[in-house]
Amino acid sequence: MENNIEHSDIYAIAHHHRFQWEEAQQSYVILFPEGMVKLHGGAGEVLKRLDGKATVGDIVAELKAAFPDADDIETDILGMFDLAVGKAWLRKL
Amino acid sequence: MTQASLGQSVVQKVVQKTTQAQQNNGVAANITHTQPLWLLAEVTYRCPLHCAFCYNPTDYDKHTQNEISTEDWIKVLRDARKLGALQLGISGGEPLLRDDIEDIVIEARKLGYYSNLITSGVGLTEKRIQAFKEGGLDHIQLSMHDITEEINNFITNTKTFELKKKVAAMIKGHGYPMVLNVVMHRYNIGHIKEILEMAEALGADYVELANTQYYGWSLVNRNQLMPTREQIDHAEAVTNEFRAKVGKKMQIFFVVPDYFAERPKKCMNGWGEVFMIVTAEGTVLPCHSARVLPGMTFPNVREHGLEWAWKDSPAFNKYRGDDWMKEPCRTCPEKENDLGGCRCQAMMLAGDPEAADPVCSLSPHHHIIEQALKDAQNPVLQAQPIIFRTDKNSKKIIAGELKERIEEFHAVP
Repeated sequence: MENNIEHSDIYAIAHHHRFQWEEAQQSYVILFPEGMVKLHGGAGEVLKRLDGKATVGDIVAELKAAFPDADDIETDILGMFDLAVGKAWLRKL
Repeated sequence: MTQASLGQSVVQKVVQKTTQAQQNNGVAANITHTQPLWLLAEVTYRCPLHCAFCYNPTDYDKHTQNEISTEDWIKVLRDARKLGALQLGISGGEPLLRDDIEDIVIEARKLGYYSNLITSGVGLTEKRIQAFKEGGLDHIQLSMHDITEEINNFITNTKTFELKKKVAAMIKGHGYPMVLNVVMHRYNIGHIKEILEMAEALGADYVELANTQYYGWSLVNRNQLMPTREQIDHAEAVTNEFRAKVGKKMQIFFVVPDYFAERPKKCMNGWGEVFMIVTAEGTVLPCHSARVLPGMTFPNVREHGLEWAWKDSPAFNKYRGDDWMKEPCRTCPEKENDLGGCRCQAMMLAGDPEAADPVCSLSPHHHIIEQALKDAQNPVLQAQPIIFRTDKNSKKIIAGELKERIEEFHAVP
């Protein structure tokens, strides 16, 4: 992992980026100047929990509880944060 | 973890085969599953600048007196949103020449668009930018031309250099991301390092170095604008160095001009795949210059709804997928990657909208591109005057004048 995501970190959607549910796509998207990304279900579940208060650890715990059958969900979630930070879609609070 | 496991970049989306021919009472019909994710509203062709490289149609003067109304635009926004449109570009001409951009912005925000005003900056006042901010406009893309007053004023045929700098500061001051678009050509490509330094000094977040593509006015002025391959290579090297230096704080896009590329571009990411343009007078187009194609009737929002235009109109279905292809495209292993390039370029340069884009090295018409590169270095042709984008020149072209500058093309650019 390149961006050293810590459980105590709090992230928010980056400035000038917008995260929203798209009815026509049936998915969450991130919109930004000159681009957009359609998120897979798992990524949407993570990003919709960014409320300015929840830490990475809180979100991991919440998703573990919500999806008890998912294998090694923590690695996936940390990987998503790492990639989203690397893409500058998220900023650290 | 790869990006694919997180989400799908819609811009770089690999186009699957999205149309399927179906037998419908013996008539082949196309069914599309695509969505017009990007809506470009070319709200006016009027413009205070006269840029030599403008991609607008040279006969734009036909469309300056019959612009659609604010109500028409609101309906366009609503209908396109229902079809899945997300990114809205408000462009022109100079969109600020309309006094209802504020209303368009408010409606766009209400509908959930990510909206972008694409402007020369002429006409942007404190009052208007304040209204855009309150209305929910997401960003402003400002065109810059050069670091020198001389080249800026020359290529735009106006005195706008000082104004551009003021507007850049105004955009930044209102908390907007600074998105600069610089069209590159022979006159400014040598200043690329200085242009990037200026962008950094202005606090640019995104810089698009858009090498001129030859459509509209830029095709008429191709011999006057086209740089050499060495200049392009140098500019790209300088850009890469600069990118390494500034890192993530400034994203720089370098758009390679297709005349110098090995493979044709996947034009508009595919015909009727993700882009929809509505023009000043309400015509619905799959790309900026589609009107050069022969025998096509494009829908107009005064007569048809956008849903019909996108899904059912013969024009939008004409070049969807690859059923229309001829050889060498039809059996080419690259066909899914580039979809045979640009239909408009095939028409204008080779006289056949279904031919392979002549920029393709496999095209039987590729010699036309090689000749164009040579012509652009021919001092006699270089010395021809630039035909600036003015109402007067547009009227002349409509009247059939300036023939010597367009007769080599198979359609009026």
